[in-house]
Amino acid sequence: MSCRPASRVQTSIKGLFAIGECNFSDHGANRLGASALMQGLADGYFVLPYTIQNYLSDQITVPHFSTDTPEFDAAEKKVQANLDHLMSIHGKRSVDSIHKELGNVMWDYVGMARTKESLETALKKLKELRKEFETNLFIPGTQEGMNVELDKAFRLRDFITMGELIAYDALNRHESCGGHFREEHQTEEGEAKRDDENFFYVACWKYNGDDETAPTLIKEPLHYEAIKVQTRNYKS
Amino acid sequence: MDTSISFKLKVWRQANAHAEGRFETYEMRDIPTDTSFLEMMDILNEQLIEKGEEPVTFDHDCREGICGMCSLYVNGHPHGPATGATTCQLYMRRFKDGDTITVEPWRSAAFPVIKDLMVNRNAFDQIQQAGGYVSFQTGGAQDANAIPISKDAADEAMDSATCIGCGACVAACKNGSAMLFLSAKVSQFALLPQGRAEAKRRVKAMLAKMDELGFGNCTNTGACAAECPKNIKLSNIARLNREFLCAKCSD
Repeated sequence: MSCRPASRVQTSIKGLFAIGECNFSDHGANRLGASALMQGLADGYFVLPYTIQNYLSDQITVPHFSTDTPEFDAAEKKVQANLDHLMSIHGKRSVDSIHKELGNVMWDYVGMARTKESLETALKKLKELRKEFETNLFIPGTQEGMNVELDKAFRLRDFITMGELIAYDALNRHESCGGHFREEHQTEEGEAKRDDENFFYVACWKYNGDDETAPTLIKEPLHYEAIKVQTRNYKS
Repeated sequence: MDTSISFKLKVWRQANAHAEGRFETYEMRDIPTDTSFLEMMDILNEQLIEKGEEPVTFDHDCREGICGMCSLYVNGHPHGPATGATTCQLYMRRFKDGDTITVEPWRSAAFPVIKDLMVNRNAFDQIQQAGGYVSFQTGGAQDANAIPISKDAADEAMDSATCIGCGACVAACKNGSAMLFLSAKVSQFALLPQGRAEAKRRVKAMLAKMDELGFGNCTNTGACAAECPKNIKLSNIARLNREFLCAKCSD
């Protein structure tokens, strides 16, 4: 999936817009807090009304989608199997307790300063955590009606995959760059040391079937036409 | 001052909108006083899950007083005993060792219980969708002094725009009225030039929607303003009435 401003912030999936916090058309890769909020507000007020309407205006001619298709049946079966699986684990751990453990692993080993060793440790621990999730989770109640724990469990599984993805990417990137600080790669003064020769690309990771096996790397090279890429310097 | 307290928690449990509800009592032991009320509920839920029981369902999201999701009726007050604060901004240091703390959902005909302490506040969304917006493009920024707006009007509009739509006003009201919410949403536009163009249509549409959804009427009791976590003023309701009267008179 890719997105360019020229595509009116529509991704390569038709009808899926990368807008708000995930859009980075205005001021480079998004940072935390205020700038991400600003992007959300600016996109909602000013960008979306001019971009999505062209897509929506065509939709009037599109008939309602039928759920009576083999693809829908397959997707529904998969979701139901997932639900049945989560409800049938009958383990000992609550969703929150595993979530907190995930947070601790990410904080301790995949923080802003990370090393090859810490990232390898993280990947090992995250694998164990996924196993814990799959075999020792306890969801009280039933599938019918509101079940907050079941809802959280679905998200937590994604969070574990997301955490792993961050660790895979950080382990692969043997340089320090932006918010990614590999302790092995720093200047004598302790500043981030980039390696543009080998890592001048955006890393996309492709999952092959399941979350258990490591994803494969796809490199999207960076092209700058107007500016010369330099090292950020706060000193002179 | 105690650094941790023990108390009884009386919590409303209800399986769904149609089931009969009841209070369950839980003994909470050694809860640190710097725990937030919602964190205390998290601790209760963790204990319930540990025992193999169903946790208490309640709404929460940002936990910093801006999203309007948390909605507990604590000891007879929406958002609990603190003033100008949401439930998530309430801390256990407000309570004493040995207390009995009663927790209920928002109670109003227009907010049906989904489960336990979680209610469906979709009615507020419907009121907003009936007219709580400006539907035209205002174009590029005007010259600074092209349309003068008084400081008072700007401040008032900003104050009414701080309404987070939590529904505490409805829960506090003996009539289950949504007038404070509605008046804040109408006022934030009525006070500014870009809101004037659609003012008449807006106030009529939003009020009609409120009536349709089963909210009660306003009898100027003022409980809503007293309990509002964002201190929305009662004078907004006077403005709403005036806006409505003017709109009706010009029909």
